[in-house]
Amino acid sequence: MENNIQHSDIFAIALHHRFQWEEAQQSYVILFPEGMVKLHGGAGEILKRVDGKASVGDIVAELQAAFPDVEDIESDIVGMFDLAVGKAWLRKVN
Amino acid sequence: MAQLNNGVAASVTQKQPLWLLAEVTYRCPLHCAFCYNPTDYDKHTKNELTTAQWISALRDARKLGAIQLGISGGEPLLRDDIEEIVSEAHKLGYYSNLITSGVGLTEKRIQAFKEGGLDHIQLSMHDVTEDISNFITDTRTFELKKKVAAMIKSHGYPMVLNVVIHRYNIDQVGKILEMAEALGADYVELANTQYYGWSLVNRDQLMPTREQLDRAEAATNAFRERVGNKMKVFFVVPDYFADRPKKCMNGWGEVFMIVTANGDVLPCHSARVLPGMTFPNVRENGLEWAWKESPAFTKYRGMDWMKEPCRSCDEKENDLGGCRCQSYLLSGDAEMADPVCTKSPNRHLIDEALVNSQNPLVREQPIIFRTDKNSKKYVEGDKERIAQFHALP
Repeated sequence: MENNIQHSDIFAIALHHRFQWEEAQQSYVILFPEGMVKLHGGAGEILKRVDGKASVGDIVAELQAAFPDVEDIESDIVGMFDLAVGKAWLRKVN
Repeated sequence: MAQLNNGVAASVTQKQPLWLLAEVTYRCPLHCAFCYNPTDYDKHTKNELTTAQWISALRDARKLGAIQLGISGGEPLLRDDIEEIVSEAHKLGYYSNLITSGVGLTEKRIQAFKEGGLDHIQLSMHDVTEDISNFITDTRTFELKKKVAAMIKSHGYPMVLNVVIHRYNIDQVGKILEMAEALGADYVELANTQYYGWSLVNRDQLMPTREQLDRAEAATNAFRERVGNKMKVFFVVPDYFADRPKKCMNGWGEVFMIVTANGDVLPCHSARVLPGMTFPNVRENGLEWAWKESPAFTKYRGMDWMKEPCRSCDEKENDLGGCRCQSYLLSGDAEMADPVCTKSPNRHLIDEALVNSQNPLVREQPIIFRTDKNSKKYVEGDKERIAQFHALP
């Protein structure tokens, strides 16, 4: 999938999709018509910061500060954006 | 990442009823020949749960982890309390899906659904031609459905069309997808008929040929290539044409829980056909007991119930032996490998059905539509069997 995520890109959760914390599963999920994606640890941490205002760069900086011990967190984050855009869970705002 | 796509989960570690399907009524203005509802539904049309009972079931299921709610039937809109039910579902945090024929959806009702927080409406469509659409549903609803599709779109809902595929419309799949595109669909489910309930009765009349299926799949792939991500197309393959069974309901009691119109709690749509089973009912047992402890939900959960050839099969985790109902309905043995599996001693039943459905003498038999009158006949049939049983010494 070649979506070519830029640091300046700003995303929001796609139309008709809902992002929420599920207590029973102790994880974040994305809900859409008749479907659901369960987001494991890191993926949930990334997508909960997607609000239509923060850029990919902002999110990278925030997570680098929050998880200083994780090696090359930036490529994980960009990879997650790439996946989420490819699956149409996110829409580009800018 | 566990993904539930089109209601089918790929990997879920905990057993939680993520999907709650509320079959709120079996009454329906349509008479579709492929309906999976029980043929004896007429006996479940009385004694429907009240609004308060539904709301308490939603609350209990949510506590167990249910998050996707399907409101289905029959035609759910025949109840006048769906507005209340969706609004409660929204407050509880469900993603709610109304699964409808469109009959009974008015501007006033859709407005109330929007205000109440209903997330999505799935509309059934049947063909691009009025003739086939009206024929297979045994109603004149084709034009109405198109108007309803426009109404759904104009209220900002995602447009999800479900098209059940069978011999009469399978050659139109390319055109059906173009119609969906013209209607502004976001998702289209091309659901090849699975043979339960009314569709099993009409199996020989509904079954396409393998050539038709291959052409339909090719048309679907060509459409996907052209349209890309703009419209998601799910092509649910018919298991009769496969050599391994489907992982039915993603496993018995794994992620799905169904509450029926009269409150029975089922692990799958057709479980009531299985012999010697007693299902919990929300009026008597809580949903937590039903899901975690009831004999009906634990009976086929996991793999302990299996016998050969499933027990020692190295693929058993892939499909959990297939569908218990299909095995029972076709072979009379609910615990045997699904006859679809080529390792099953009953595979010949599928092969015979495939051949039979192409026999001109069989395929020209009249279709039996899902009507109250026909259903009453099936209920009567049950009574005869029970009377015979009691007459035995």
